[in-house]
Amino acid sequence: MKRLSRFRRHKAAAPLLLTFALLGIGGTFSVASATTANETSAVERSTLIEEGRQIFLKGCSSCHGLNAEGVSIAPSLIGVGAASVDFQVGTGRMPMADMSTQAMRKAPVYNEEEVAALAAYVASLAPGPEIPGMELLNFERDGSTAEGGELFRNNCAMCHNFAGQGGALTQGKYAPTVMGVLPKHIYEAMVTGPQAMPVFNDKTITPEEKLSIIKWIKSAEAEPNLGGASLGRVGPVTEGLLAWTLGLGLLIGVAVWLATKAK
Amino acid sequence: MSSQLEPIKDPGLPAHVHRKTDTDPKAADRAERQVAAMFGISALGTVLLIVSYVFIPDDVFVFIPIMGNQNAHQLGLGLGMAIALFFIGLGAIHWAKTLMPDQEVVMQRHEFRSPEQDRKDFVDTVKEGAASSGLGRRSLIKKSLGAALGLSALSPILLLRDLGPLPGPEQKMTNWKSGTYLVTDPGDRRIKASDLEVGSVAQVMPEFADPKDRHLDDIAKDALLLIRLRPSEFNLEPDRLAMTHEGIIAFSKICSHMGCAVALYEQTTKHLLCPCHQSTFDVTRAAKVIFGPAARPLPQLDITVDGEGYLIARKPFSEPVGPSFWGREK
Amino acid sequence: MTVEAKLGQVANYVDERTGAAAFLKKSLKKVFPDHWSFLLGEVALYSFVILLLSGTFLTFWFDPSMREVVYEGTYQPLEGVKMSAAYASALHISFEVRGGLLMRQIHHWAALIFMAAIVAHLLRVFFTGAFRKPREGNWIIGVGLLTLGIVEGFLGYSLPDDLLSGTGIRIAEAIIQAIPVVGSYLSYFAFGGVFPGELFIPRIYIVHVLLLPGAFLALITVHLMLVWYQKHTQYPGPGRTEKNVVGYPLMPMYMAKAGGFFFIVFGVTAFLGAVASINPIWLYGPYTPAQISAGSQPDWYMGWLDGLVRMAPPIETYFFGYTVSWNILIPGLIIPGILFTGMALYPFIESWITGDKREHHLLDRPRNAPNRTALGAMSLTFMLVTLINGGNDLIATHFDLSINQIMWGTRIGVFVLPPLAFIITKRLCLSLQRADRELVLHGRETGRLLRMPSGEFVEVHEPISPEKAFILTSHEQLPALDLPAVDARGVKRAGVLKNKLRARLSKANAEAVPKVSADDLKEIESH
Repeated sequence: MKRLSRFRRHKAAAPLLLTFALLGIGGTFSVASATTANETSAVERSTLIEEGRQIFLKGCSSCHGLNAEGVSIAPSLIGVGAASVDFQVGTGRMPMADMSTQAMRKAPVYNEEEVAALAAYVASLAPGPEIPGMELLNFERDGSTAEGGELFRNNCAMCHNFAGQGGALTQGKYAPTVMGVLPKHIYEAMVTGPQAMPVFNDKTITPEEKLSIIKWIKSAEAEPNLGGASLGRVGPVTEGLLAWTLGLGLLIGVAVWLATKAK
Repeated sequence: MSSQLEPIKDPGLPAHVHRKTDTDPKAADRAERQVAAMFGISALGTVLLIVSYVFIPDDVFVFIPIMGNQNAHQLGLGLGMAIALFFIGLGAIHWAKTLMPDQEVVMQRHEFRSPEQDRKDFVDTVKEGAASSGLGRRSLIKKSLGAALGLSALSPILLLRDLGPLPGPEQKMTNWKSGTYLVTDPGDRRIKASDLEVGSVAQVMPEFADPKDRHLDDIAKDALLLIRLRPSEFNLEPDRLAMTHEGIIAFSKICSHMGCAVALYEQTTKHLLCPCHQSTFDVTRAAKVIFGPAARPLPQLDITVDGEGYLIARKPFSEPVGPSFWGREK
Repeated sequence: MTVEAKLGQVANYVDERTGAAAFLKKSLKKVFPDHWSFLLGEVALYSFVILLLSGTFLTFWFDPSMREVVYEGTYQPLEGVKMSAAYASALHISFEVRGGLLMRQIHHWAALIFMAAIVAHLLRVFFTGAFRKPREGNWIIGVGLLTLGIVEGFLGYSLPDDLLSGTGIRIAEAIIQAIPVVGSYLSYFAFGGVFPGELFIPRIYIVHVLLLPGAFLALITVHLMLVWYQKHTQYPGPGRTEKNVVGYPLMPMYMAKAGGFFFIVFGVTAFLGAVASINPIWLYGPYTPAQISAGSQPDWYMGWLDGLVRMAPPIETYFFGYTVSWNILIPGLIIPGILFTGMALYPFIESWITGDKREHHLLDRPRNAPNRTALGAMSLTFMLVTLINGGNDLIATHFDLSINQIMWGTRIGVFVLPPLAFIITKRLCLSLQRADRELVLHGRETGRLLRMPSGEFVEVHEPISPEKAFILTSHEQLPALDLPAVDARGVKRAGVLKNKLRARLSKANAEAVPKVSADDLKEIESH
């Protein structure tokens, strides 16, 4: 001890102590709150729900209420089902980064396991839409691209644009792009109607029709731009911009060169 | 107009500056080679066009930075054509700039007015000709000619009468009648009230005995949007409330402004937005217009259910759907 | 035999059969002034030729019929989908005709560039005052070409009958039907009955490939003949007067440059057709009135119309069983009518204000006509604000704004910004005139400082060249019109109100910084 205390007035002493203290507190905390990884039996399911409840209390209850009953700034989660949670938390929309007009897709805060736990907890509160299983989501086998296109243009293009690039809603809200979204998230969004999106339940758009829509979306995503660079797939606005800038701009450039005298 | 002298006199055309290619034959030869090179690149462009057309299959895709995966056949054709054309132009212009004589030439403008004598002769000729035709004197000819020409101009207009039928009662009617079943679009499935959840929408058409008989002309009037809210969320007059069924409300999907399809429903605000001109309709108040250029709310269809719970129209629309027209009563 | 001798033989051959030697001799020697801003009209002309060529190609495969077919082509995502034969044939051109998609794209890019070049050319002609006598007729023809171009483009992109352009036709039908008294009749005649019917696309096909191109050919021919005969205008400069044209002869210089420029325009258009996707109709899907895409706009040259319609207040009046849709008529017909009529009549309006009835062949530098330039800036601002509103939903999604805010911003902006642009531009022009005056009187600031023996610092000014000084002082400055309300005997003149307006406008128009006079120069020399 005497050896150490020789250094007590060293200028590195304070920062080092602080670092040790923080590491100590943080380490103790994470060890103490570590969750168990695997669930293998039905009994583990209630552990999953309990896990979910813990995560919920820490990360969600401040807005959604201690019992998910909702407060003024966040709706009740009772009855929204596992599908809603899987969609909202899985796409990173929840937890919401700031209280702006709408939640946007971002890097998810919770990992797959934590999302599953949260979903199980919310599902346990009241019955609601379930997460679609892998067998249900075999859109390659069970969907039709052409039918999906028709369905997409009828039900989705008015918000998400003809190529799924997204579009404007009122008062600063927007329908996001549907490109680069996991098939199960697309399915869940249709079933749960997140935020401003209406609900497209399985009676109005059957599960097969939903798979067709997903198949068409994936086909449009994979489809290369057949006439050249895409200009965003948003229509004549970007085309007009390019005509004036690259088109007329290049031509005026050549015209200036044409009219200047050679040296 | 201005009485002062021109302050700075016209210094005249600037002295001609010779180009390098005018004085140095080596530079001129180099310019010639440059022009030839440009024409050569053009030829290469045509070769690329031909090779792409004949040899590149149209299902090969290549990756180009910034542009992503591109169809090689299409790109080869287009770039080949562009290069072939562009470099002919570049070569011709470079040739003109470097090798053709670039002495500025001055040409005098001439007065537009013809010489006095010519004009006088012209006016006299016209006068004489007009007098000898007798048109001035013989007023009966003048009047009857005017009448004949004027009348004959009417016949082409008359011949266009059969461009279309005259507007009839169908302008104000749709295929929605009392008892018509609501069916999904696409799919033609009948819809039960219980099929819709709170917050859901459905694209709907009237049921046709044979769906093949439904054409775009019908769709342009019949398209319908079904929305389900909680009954407590409605803010409707009693007669409009009576046209809903357990929170399900039906509106014509054809915008009352200029006819685009209004199907963008915001579940949170209960507003319908038309993407064409941003007219916004409040569903809870029978599609009342709350923003944008539309002047009238969307017509609401009176719906109910049949004995088995399937949604049907109780009666036709009480007003014409779609954009306004002169003969449309309020 | 040399090239020259062979060409000489050809000239002989032609003359022996037509007697055209005198005319052709004069023509080949005709002088054309060389400035890049004179090539904008050429871009439009060459784009027209490209449209004719690429368009003819497309007609060999396009089927202008609205009969319903089931798609059986190679584009998988539309397999088995019901569509019109027109749409199916456009898909066929895009996917199964080699070079078809390229030609479709070249055709559409050429159309966009055609309209852009017309607008740029119109702006150049306007801001330099090239529309003054004797070129008023040519200006009117030009405005006519602009109007016909807008219609032709709209009809052209409506031919494939896809979702986006079909929506545009739906909106056009609403405008027709909104016309009081005759609207429904006109709509039924245009569409052969109710919308959409089966006759509209075949009918606009003939308008698009025969009637309007014919009208264009005629108008463009007269337009060019007038330029040829009246000779092109030129910028003021040393050696250039109202009575001459300074430039290069048609043969060989101008032929080579203008001919070469045609290939440049074609090449750039082909380049765009090769690398930039335009109007991907297979993604839009076939038109049906029950579908719509978010972010639906017309092509750019109609964007201002779309913006006007969006910002219109929701006004309709109803009386005795009739409806008048002001919310459609005002932005869709009345305002464009006033704008284009005003544009067409502008040369006459300006000569009424200035009282100037002489010929003009020397162009104005825009700063020397401050009122005209400010008016042009004001009109441009109006067009830009309405254009922006036409794309308000795309702007909202890309820049994280709200369509409601943008709409209100442009509703107010369309009234506030143009007058503001007028004032700012006029002041700018007057400042530039002042700067010109300074340049002539005191020379160019070199940035070098000199210390005088007395101790003060002075910046060295370099006198400008006589050529530049000439350009800065050779313009005319017309005084305001003198229109007294009463004549010499004190009797009130006829048309007092009109004259008062004219006098006011003339006075405002004549506001300028006086250019350097001979007296000013003498004064400068003395110190």
